[in-house]
Amino acid sequence: MHPILILVAQRLALGFLLLLAASILIFAGTSILPGDVAQQILGQSATPEALENLRRELGLNEPAVSRYFSWLGGILQGDLGTALTNGRDIAESLGSRLANTLFLAFWAAVIAVPLAIFLGLLAVRYKDRWPDKLISGVTLTTISIPEFMIGYILIYWVSIKWGMFSSVAIINDSMSLGQKLNAIAIPVMVLTLVVLAHMMRMTRAAILNVMQSAYIETAELKGLGMLKIIRKHAFPNAIAPIVNVVMINLAYLVVGVVVVEVVFAYPGMGQYLVDHVAKRDVPVVQACGLIFAAVYIGLNLIADIVSILANPRLRHPK
Amino acid sequence: MNDQLKHLSDRVTKGLMTRREFVGRAAALGVTAAVANSMLSSAAKAAGPVKGGMLKIGSSGGESTNTQDPALAASEVPVTTLRMWGEPLVNTAPDGSLDFRAAESVEASADAKTWTFKIRQGVEFNNGKTLTAEDVMATMQRHTNEDSQSGALGIVQGISNMKTDGDNFIVELETGNADLPYLMSDYHLMIQPGGGVDDPTAAIGTGAYILEVDEPGIRHGFKRNPNYWDAANTGHADEVEVLVLNDSTARTAALQSGQVHLINRIDPKVAGLLDRAPNLGVKSVSGRGHYVFIMHVDTAPFDNNELRLALKYAINRQEMVDKILRGYGSIGNDMPINKAYPLFDDTIEQREHDLAKAAEHYKKSGHDGSPIILRTADGAFPGAVDAAALFQQSAQAAGIPLEIKREPNDGYWSEVWNVQPFCASYWGGRPVQDQMYSTAYLSTADWNDTRWKRDDFDAKLLAARAELDEAKRKAIYSEMGVSLRDNGGLILPMFNDFVDGVANNVGGWIEDPNDQMMNNLASIKCWVNA
Repeated sequence: MHPILILVAQRLALGFLLLLAASILIFAGTSILPGDVAQQILGQSATPEALENLRRELGLNEPAVSRYFSWLGGILQGDLGTALTNGRDIAESLGSRLANTLFLAFWAAVIAVPLAIFLGLLAVRYKDRWPDKLISGVTLTTISIPEFMIGYILIYWVSIKWGMFSSVAIINDSMSLGQKLNAIAIPVMVLTLVVLAHMMRMTRAAILNVMQSAYIETAELKGLGMLKIIRKHAFPNAIAPIVNVVMINLAYLVVGVVVVEVVFAYPGMGQYLVDHVAKRDVPVVQACGLIFAAVYIGLNLIADIVSILANPRLRHPK
Repeated sequence: MNDQLKHLSDRVTKGLMTRREFVGRAAALGVTAAVANSMLSSAAKAAGPVKGGMLKIGSSGGESTNTQDPALAASEVPVTTLRMWGEPLVNTAPDGSLDFRAAESVEASADAKTWTFKIRQGVEFNNGKTLTAEDVMATMQRHTNEDSQSGALGIVQGISNMKTDGDNFIVELETGNADLPYLMSDYHLMIQPGGGVDDPTAAIGTGAYILEVDEPGIRHGFKRNPNYWDAANTGHADEVEVLVLNDSTARTAALQSGQVHLINRIDPKVAGLLDRAPNLGVKSVSGRGHYVFIMHVDTAPFDNNELRLALKYAINRQEMVDKILRGYGSIGNDMPINKAYPLFDDTIEQREHDLAKAAEHYKKSGHDGSPIILRTADGAFPGAVDAAALFQQSAQAAGIPLEIKREPNDGYWSEVWNVQPFCASYWGGRPVQDQMYSTAYLSTADWNDTRWKRDDFDAKLLAARAELDEAKRKAIYSEMGVSLRDNGGLILPMFNDFVDGVANNVGGWIEDPNDQMMNNLASIKCWVNA
C-alpha cells in the first residue's frame, strides 16, 4: 500500500481512539464534580422530597457505568438523547448552536487567515524595518489583551460611541445574511485580533527559516527579486508549519470562544456547554465534548495530511 | 415643573418635539438631564399607555437548560417568561396588597382555616379553553402531590384539603393562616389548563402574551394575546422579546446602544456611571432581599450565643452598604425583616458596629482562639468575597480570629450552603413575614439554614399566623424579630436594592419592592413610546 494511505489510515484510527478516550474522560470529569443534576436544577430552593423525586425521574440512581454505556449505544445509533434539565432533544438544540458556532468561526477565519498570511509575508519582505516592527507590535499587543477586554473596548467605541454595529450578537433563522453579518461584526473583529498574531508570527518564522536555506541563497545569487523568492521558493516549503498553526487557530475559533460568546451573548456551542456543565447535564456535556474533540482531532488530521502531501519525500517514495 | 417645561414636555408626548431637543432646552433652563428625563416619564405616564410596538428586554438569569414548566422556574428569565404567558390566582401589588388575577376575590373563615377563592369568569387560556375552578385545583394538586418537583412544594405543604364548588376554589388548612392568599401569589403557581399535568412546558396560561419563540438561554419571543381579559391595563406592546444577556457588561452595553429597552441586575459598581448616560435611567428599588452570613446555632463554636453576638457586633454594616452595594441598599439588623414588609416594627433598636462590645462578648464566649472559618464564593451573592474580607478586617480589629475560605461557585448551593456551619448566602425575601419565617426559621422548615429550632418561636409563628387582629400580629412578629436578632444564627448586614435600567422611551415603569423588574412584570406593564 502507498505509504501516504497507510499514514492517513493510522491517523484516522488514532483519531477514533482519541475520541473514545475523550468521552470517558469527560464522563469521569462530570461524575466527580460536586452536586448532581437534580440539586443544580432545583438550586437553593431544593427540598429533600423534590430532590428525590427528580433524581428518580431522571434515572440518576442507576450506576454511572451503565448510564455511560447506554448513552454511548445511543450515539452509535445516531441518537444524542434528551437533555436531563429541560427534556429537549439534544441533537436539535445542538444542531443550531453548532451551525452558529461554525458561522462565526467561518467569517473570522475568512478574514483572519488570509490577513495573517499576508501580514506574515509582508513582515518577511520588510524584515527588521518599520512595517515588520509595526505588524509585530500591533498583533502582539492585541493577543496580549484578554479577549473579553478587546470585546468590551470594541463594544464601547464601535457600538455605543459610533453606533455602527450591534453589541448583542444574537442571531436567528429569520434574519437575512446582511443582518446576521451586522450582528457578528464586532465578535468577528475580536476573534480576528485574537488569532492574528499567532498565525502571522508562525508564517513569518517559517518563511524566514526557509530563507536561511542554501537554495534561497542560490536564488538570490541568480538575481531574483525578494517577493518572487518568497512566493515561488520559500512559501511552498513553509506550508506545513503554517497549515499547522492555521488549523490550531481554526480549532480555537470553534471550541475556544466561550468568552466571546458570553460578552456578545452569541448563541454558540460554548455557552450551551457551560450552562449544562453547571447543571451536571451529562448527556449534553458528553455530546458537546465529543463534537469539540472531533473538531480538534479532525482539524489536526487535516494539518497532518496536508503536511504529508507537502512532503516530497513521502510523495515520491523510493 | 414650570409652565414652559410643562408645555415642552407635552410637545414631546404629542410627538411634536424630540426627546433630545427637550433635554437640550431643559438644560438651557437650568434643569439637569436626569430631572428632564423624569419629567418626560411623568408626562408620558399622564398621557397613558401607548399600545403597539416591540418591547425588548435584556435579562440575566437565563440558561440553555431552562424550561417553561412553572414548577421548575428558579432564575430571572424563566420567571419573567412565565409571568408573560401565565397568571397565578393573585399577585402581590407594589403596595403589599393583593392584586387579583385568576381569582376575582377571596374570603376567609373566622379561624383563617378555610379560604374560598372566587374564580374570575370569562377568562380564556391562550389556547382558547375557558378557565374553570377545576383548572385551578388541578394546578394546585400538581404542585402539592408527593411526586412534585415544584419549587412551591414547601409553600403549599400546610394544605389539608382542596375542593371546588361551582366557580369557587376552596382551600382548607391544618392550622389557620391569615396570609394564605400571599402564598398563592408564588410565581410557580401559574394556573394551567388541567393543571398542566399533560404538558407542563406548553406555556398555556391566562397571561397577556403568547410564547412564539422559545430558545432557552438565547431569547424568548412573545406576541400579544388577543383574548386577554385585562388588556386595558396590561400587555401594551404588540410584541415582546426577552434576550438572555447574562454578562453584566453586555447587558449595560445593550441598553446604552439602544438594542434593548429594559435590563435587570445592574452592577452597583457601574450604576452611578450608567445613570449619567442621557438616554436611560437607573432605577433602584429597595426590597426584601438580603445578603447574609449564616451560622449553624447547633454546631460548635456557633452554639455559643456570646460568640454569635461578638460576630454580630464586629461587622460594619454601613461599610458593607457603602462598599459592596455602593449605596444601593440599606443596613440590616440581623433579622430577615425590614420596612418593605407589612407589619414591620420600626421601633426595634438597630444594632450598631461596636468593636468594644464585640471584644467583650468574644471574651465572655471563652473561645479558644482557634480560627473561625467563614466560607464564601462570588456566587453566594455579588461581592460576597469582598464582603467577607471586610468582615474579616473588622473582626480582627476586635480580636476575633476570623478566617476566610473561598469556595468555588460551582456546587456552592449543594456543598456549602446549608451544609457548612458558617457561610455567605442570600435570601430573596418573601411577600409576608409569616412566609419568610416559616421558610427558614420554623423548626421543621426545609431551608432552616441557621438550624434555628425553638418551640417558643414556632408557637409564636403559629399564633401570629392564625391571628386576624393586625395589631396583635404585629406585636408577635416584633417579639420574634428581636428574639432572632439577639439569639439567632443570622448575621444580616444589608438588604440589597433591585437595580434595573430603563430606556427613556419606556413608559409605565413603577417601583415594585416585590422583586426585580417590577416583580418581573415590567415586560407586560411597560410600553414603548414611539
